[in-house]
Amino acid sequence: MSILTVSPSPHTHSGQSVPKLMYGVIIALLPALAVSVFYFGIGMIIITAVSVISCVIFEFLFQKYLLKSSPTHLDGSAALTGLLLAFCLPTNIPIWMVMIGAFVSIGIAKMTFGGLGNNIFNPAIVGRVFLFISFPAAMTSYPEPGQWWKYLDATTGATPLSKMSESLANNMTVGEIMNEMPSNMDMFLGKMMGSAGEVAAFALILGLIYMLWKKIISWHIPVSILLTVLIFTAILNVGNPDKFPTPIFHLLTGGLMLGAIFMATDYVTSPMAVKGMLIYGAGIGIITVLIRSFGAYPEGVQFAILLMNGFTPLINKYVKPKRFGEVKHG
Amino acid sequence: MLKTFSLGGVHPKENKISAHKKIEVLPLPPVVTIPISQHIGAPAKLMVSKGDKILTGQVIAESGGFVSSNIHSSVSGTVLKIDSFPDPSGYRRMAVQIQVEGDEWFPGIDTTPDLKKDFIFTSEEIIKKINTSGIVGLGGATFPSHVKLSIPNGKKAEYLIVNAVECEPWLTSDHSLMLEKAEEIMVGIRIMMRALKVEKAIVGIENNKPDAIEKMCKLAASEKGISVVALKVKYPQGGEKQLVKALLNREVPSGGLPIDIGVVAFNVGSIYAAYQAVQKNKPLIERVVTVTGPSLKSPSNFMTRIGTPIQALIDAAGGLPGDTGKVINGGPMMGKALSSIEIPVVKGSSGILVIPESESHRHEVKSCLRCSKCISACPMGLEPYLLMSLSERNMTDRLEREKIMDCMECGSCSYTCPSSRPLLDYIRLGKGRVSQLIKARKN
Repeated sequence: MSILTVSPSPHTHSGQSVPKLMYGVIIALLPALAVSVFYFGIGMIIITAVSVISCVIFEFLFQKYLLKSSPTHLDGSAALTGLLLAFCLPTNIPIWMVMIGAFVSIGIAKMTFGGLGNNIFNPAIVGRVFLFISFPAAMTSYPEPGQWWKYLDATTGATPLSKMSESLANNMTVGEIMNEMPSNMDMFLGKMMGSAGEVAAFALILGLIYMLWKKIISWHIPVSILLTVLIFTAILNVGNPDKFPTPIFHLLTGGLMLGAIFMATDYVTSPMAVKGMLIYGAGIGIITVLIRSFGAYPEGVQFAILLMNGFTPLINKYVKPKRFGEVKHG
Repeated sequence: MLKTFSLGGVHPKENKISAHKKIEVLPLPPVVTIPISQHIGAPAKLMVSKGDKILTGQVIAESGGFVSSNIHSSVSGTVLKIDSFPDPSGYRRMAVQIQVEGDEWFPGIDTTPDLKKDFIFTSEEIIKKINTSGIVGLGGATFPSHVKLSIPNGKKAEYLIVNAVECEPWLTSDHSLMLEKAEEIMVGIRIMMRALKVEKAIVGIENNKPDAIEKMCKLAASEKGISVVALKVKYPQGGEKQLVKALLNREVPSGGLPIDIGVVAFNVGSIYAAYQAVQKNKPLIERVVTVTGPSLKSPSNFMTRIGTPIQALIDAAGGLPGDTGKVINGGPMMGKALSSIEIPVVKGSSGILVIPESESHRHEVKSCLRCSKCISACPMGLEPYLLMSLSERNMTDRLEREKIMDCMECGSCSYTCPSSRPLLDYIRLGKGRVSQLIKARKN
C-alpha cells in the first residue's frame, strides 16, 4: 500500500530554476566572450578566469563563514557576476586588481545586503566603479585589438568615447573627430579599443536574441534604454552636429550595449512591473546621455545604471502591474 | 489568430493521454458513500435514516437554503450508516453510506438513452427543475446552478458562455462528453438560454480538442444564436473571468460577478446535467470522471455514480501503480491531494490524477530573485512575490489593498517560480486573514 503525500496545489512545476536562468545568461554572453578573446587574446582569458573563479570562491567563503548560511556559490549567479565584471575591465589589468574587483562585487555589493535577491545595486558595476575610482590610470588605458599573446605588456590607447570626449574639449568638431575613428562597421563588429565586453555590439545583440527566445528577460529594459539614448542623442546631434556625436556613434561605443542588455536587466536590481521597467530604462538612457554629453566622464552608463538601481525599490512600490478588472473610481 | 486572455497565464504540458478513450460506464460498486455537502453554500439536511430502503434518484438530503442543493442517491439499496467520512475536501464530513442492491430507479425518471430535442418549459419551470435536481457547477466550483440562473433585480443577462475549455492538464472528461453527447449538450444550451432569457450563447473550447470543436461547430451551425469559438491553449483559460475576457473582451470587475457585465457562464458538464434534469427528470447522480496519470495501465474516462470510492475507478484503470506518490482529485494545478483512495467521488470530481513518488515533492525553496516571472504569470495582474512577503509579515491591511482577494488560486505563480517559493501557500494564508478582517468589519 503506497503512502500518499498530501500537500497543497499546484502539484506540478515548470522546471524553471535559478541555475537554468543564470547559466542561460552566461550562454548568451558566450558570443561576446568569443569576440573579446578573438580581439584581446590571452589577456581576456586571464582576467575572465580570475574574475569568475574569484567571485565563486568569495561567495562560498562569505556565505559559509560570514553569513553562516548554506553556500549557493554554484547556482550560477556568482559566476555570472564574475563574467560581467570581466567584461567591464581593460584586458591588461593585473590579477590582484581583478580579485579586488571580485571581492567588492560579491562581498560588498551582494553579501552585505543579504545575498542573492537582496542587493540594491548591480554587483558587477559596483566592483567596476570601485576599481575605476581607485585605479584611474590602469582602468582607462585599453589594449589595442589584435595583440593575442600580450597581457600586461599590451600597447594601449584611448577608447572611441574617451577620444571623442577629449577631442571635443580641444575644440575639434565631431566631423573632424569621426575621420580618426574606426568605421561604423568596425565598431559594430568590435574592432576598436574598449573593455572586453564593450566592443562587439553584434555579439551582444545575438545574446539578447537568445535571452528573449529563452524568455530569460523581456524586451522592455534594453529597448527603452537604447530607444531613449537614440532619441536624445538624435535631438542633440541635430541641434549642434559639431559638438554632439551621432546616435549611431553613441549606440556602438562604450558600455551602452553591454549595460542595456546584460547589466540593467539584472533581475534583482531592476523593477518588476512592465511599466516600471520602461520608466527605469528611460531614466538610464537620459542619465547616460547627460553624463556623456555634459558630464566630466566620457562614459555614463555605469553611473546611470547604479543611480536607477537606487530608484528601483521606489518604482516597485508605486508602479503596479495592470490589474484584471480594475474598477475605476470616478 | 486564436482568441485568448491578455494578462498572464502559463502553458504546462497538456498530457491529455485519455482524450480518445470512449466513456465507459463504471460498474456499480458494492457500497457508496454520499456526502450531504458537495456544493458551495449550506449543507443539505438529512432526510433518511439507517436501514431505510432507497431508490436511485431519490432525495436523501434536502437543500439547506437558497444557496444550497439537494443530494440524491446515486444507487438503490439500504442505508448502512450515517456518519462522518473523509471526503475530497480533506475533512471528515457527514455522509450517507448505502449498501448497493440492484439499480431500481425512482418513479418518473426517464432512463432511456434517446435524444429529446424539444421542450416546452418556461424559464421559471426550468430553473425550478434544475434546483430540485441538485445541479451544481461541474467544472469543480460546485456552485448551485439555480442560484446562477436567478438573475438579481437590476441586472440583465446578454450572453450564455459555455465553458468547454478544460484547461487543466491531464483532464479529458469535458472533451469526451462533447464527443459523445454533443447533441444533448446543444439541447442543454438552448434550455439554459431559455432559463436566462438570452438569445446568444458562445461555446469556448481550447484548441487542443480539434475533434470536439469540429463536432460542436457542425451542430451549432443549425442552431440560432449559438456559436463555437476555438481558444489558444493557455492555462487558466477555463477560469470564468479569463474565458469572458477572451470571448467577449469584457473584464469582470474586481469583486464582481460575470452577471455584472451581462454574462453567465456554465461548465459544459453542468449543461449536460441540466439537459438530463429538464428532459429526463434525472437528478445529478453521476458524472464523467477522467482517471489518468503517467504510470496508470489504462487511463480512461468513466461515467461514475456519485459516492463511488475512488479505489474502484483506479482499479478499473489498471490498479494503483507501485510508484504512486500522490492521488489528486482534479487536475495538477488546482486539484486537491487525497489522503486515501477510499474517499468517494463527489459532484465536483472532474478527474483523478495519480502521480509518481518522484514528482510528488516540492523542490528546495531558494530566496526570491525578483525575476517578476510570477507577475508575468498571474492572470489577475497581482504581484505574488509581494503578497507572499506581506503574508509572512502579517500585514493584512496592505494585503487587502494589494487586491489579494482577486486571487483565484490558479497556481500559475508557484508553478513558474524559479526559486520554488510557496507563493500560493502564503497567498491562501493571507486571503484567510483578509476574509476574517472583512467579516469583522461587517459586524
